[in-house]
Amino acid sequence: MLKDKYGKEIEDILSRYPVKRSALLPLLYLAQRDQGYVTESAMKEIAHLLKLTPPQVYETITFYTMFNLKPIGKFHLQVCKSLMCALVGSDTLFGWINAKLGIAPGETTADGLFSLSAVECLAACGTGPMMQINDDYYEQLTEDKLDRIVADLRSTGTSPLKSGPFMWPEAMESADRPSS
Amino acid sequence: MPKHELILLKNMMQPGYTGSLVDYEKTGGYQALRKTLGKIAPADVTAMVRKSGLRGRGGAGFPTGVKWGFLPKDYQGPRYLCCNADESEPGTFKDRQLMERDPHQVLEGIVLSCYAIGAETAFIYIRGEMVLGSKILEHAIAEARAAGYIGKNILGTGIHADVWVHRGAGAYICGEETALLESLEGKRGLPRTKPPFPATHGLYNKPTVVNNVETLANLPHIMTRGPEWFAAIGSPPKSTGTRVFCVSGHVKRPGNYEVPMGITVRELVYEHAGGMRSDKPIKAFIPGGASAPFLTPAHLDVKLDFEHVALAGSMLGSGGVTVMEEGTSMVWAALRLMEFFYHESCGKCSPCREGSSWLVQTLRRILAKRGRMEDLETLLDLCKNIAGRTVCAFGDAEVAPIQSTLKYWRQEYVDLINEAEAANLIKLEPVGRH
Repeated sequence: MLKDKYGKEIEDILSRYPVKRSALLPLLYLAQRDQGYVTESAMKEIAHLLKLTPPQVYETITFYTMFNLKPIGKFHLQVCKSLMCALVGSDTLFGWINAKLGIAPGETTADGLFSLSAVECLAACGTGPMMQINDDYYEQLTEDKLDRIVADLRSTGTSPLKSGPFMWPEAMESADRPSS
Repeated sequence: MPKHELILLKNMMQPGYTGSLVDYEKTGGYQALRKTLGKIAPADVTAMVRKSGLRGRGGAGFPTGVKWGFLPKDYQGPRYLCCNADESEPGTFKDRQLMERDPHQVLEGIVLSCYAIGAETAFIYIRGEMVLGSKILEHAIAEARAAGYIGKNILGTGIHADVWVHRGAGAYICGEETALLESLEGKRGLPRTKPPFPATHGLYNKPTVVNNVETLANLPHIMTRGPEWFAAIGSPPKSTGTRVFCVSGHVKRPGNYEVPMGITVRELVYEHAGGMRSDKPIKAFIPGGASAPFLTPAHLDVKLDFEHVALAGSMLGSGGVTVMEEGTSMVWAALRLMEFFYHESCGKCSPCREGSSWLVQTLRRILAKRGRMEDLETLLDLCKNIAGRTVCAFGDAEVAPIQSTLKYWRQEYVDLINEAEAANLIKLEPVGRH
């Protein structure tokens, strides 16, 4: 039960909103953090906590793309495919990922480590091509950078190449962008 | 170095500036709050913002002071401020920088806005993907709360304003203000029918103001340096202040450039963004995010302010300027944007939900060289039946890439279709025609 495990955090979330239902998205995030995806039992428990029906939770969760309703790879590569990234080579990036990890959008590697999704604009158009892996942004991607990120994730579970606070224009100086 | 004085990006361009409370205070941060709270009447703050000419930086460009003035004066009960940090318009990445690099500037603007409209609670609705931004904001809120800038009895004035970060979960439409409110209420983010407007029936049906991050970040400066100072910057009287333009696409130095409104696209691209990558000429550009119609090299000297971009047949929108070089396929570019709109259509209104799907399929067919000449009329006909026939402005936005590329680059569509027709060995006759 989420309540036994995260009682204090749930209380804290609920205290911010004058109407309980507003806590739905934050609680779904909490459930996803716990299991990597939102389980049916978590949805039922959240419905109960917020005095909603399970269908009200389900209709809401299915509207938003960031909630996983099924287990997913440990590292979720979400590559931006919108026009601005496509102009600077995001299609090439999909090709590299496919060559290195053998997955296309919607697929997960056999070892369950990497899942790939093609997503729409992530508000990093000046530093494309880019992708989000779990909570982190990785920008100005090159083939070499991708190799290092994948190796880092495999060995340590994180990578120092992830973006910090948006460092433009400093980051531009070392820009090495692939052509489209 | 920029020729113009930076306002919003000034602090973060200082070497070593971390965006912490200490750093922000060193640059004069929270002085506007000290000067304003309890010393200038809320109605006068609204009057000053109106006088400054500040217009919304999220896309629609509505005058901020006027928006605040729509709240009912005599309403007893809670009012809310929502900071729209759902930055999702393709081509736009300024709010991310403002929040991640100088979060207190945004927070000071939020408290000033709360004071002016009489709200004691503000929610920052940040797009779900910006996990780092939400953490930075939460940390900054904790710092400001401990220092007495946020929370109960701010600076001993008896004024309360609490600020919470609320993450979205991956839906472009939640940047539309009523969809944002629905989402914040824990529902599917479907835009509401208007009227009533959020000013009277907003979050939890209470009077609500929704302001963009960049809009709010301007407020401390307006209060410190005065509305007359602000109103003299840019392209007065209708487009005052600076604008953080997000330049992306085939330029040498893509990024955020804060410049006075009214500079030309040519200046922005060649003097600020370093010119074109590979030095090819510009073929097309979008002046204000994916929702803004494409423009051509003939429009390079159009002034980037609300009126002039509108006169040129596009819109200043969110300030996302995407530049494409010679050789870019415009049918491909239109399809890429159309796929975005198809993916993000919320599904509430049939013209948009069904129409976006038909537009994508028709464009894909043309690009795959399986198009027919009548497809061009079908595209325009679909566009005509979507724009203006939906609850929110998404419908008008999604037809922009197709209508504008068909207007300026129709020949590219025709060439693809001609290739298709030349390759077809068997001509299919339309049924029922003699």
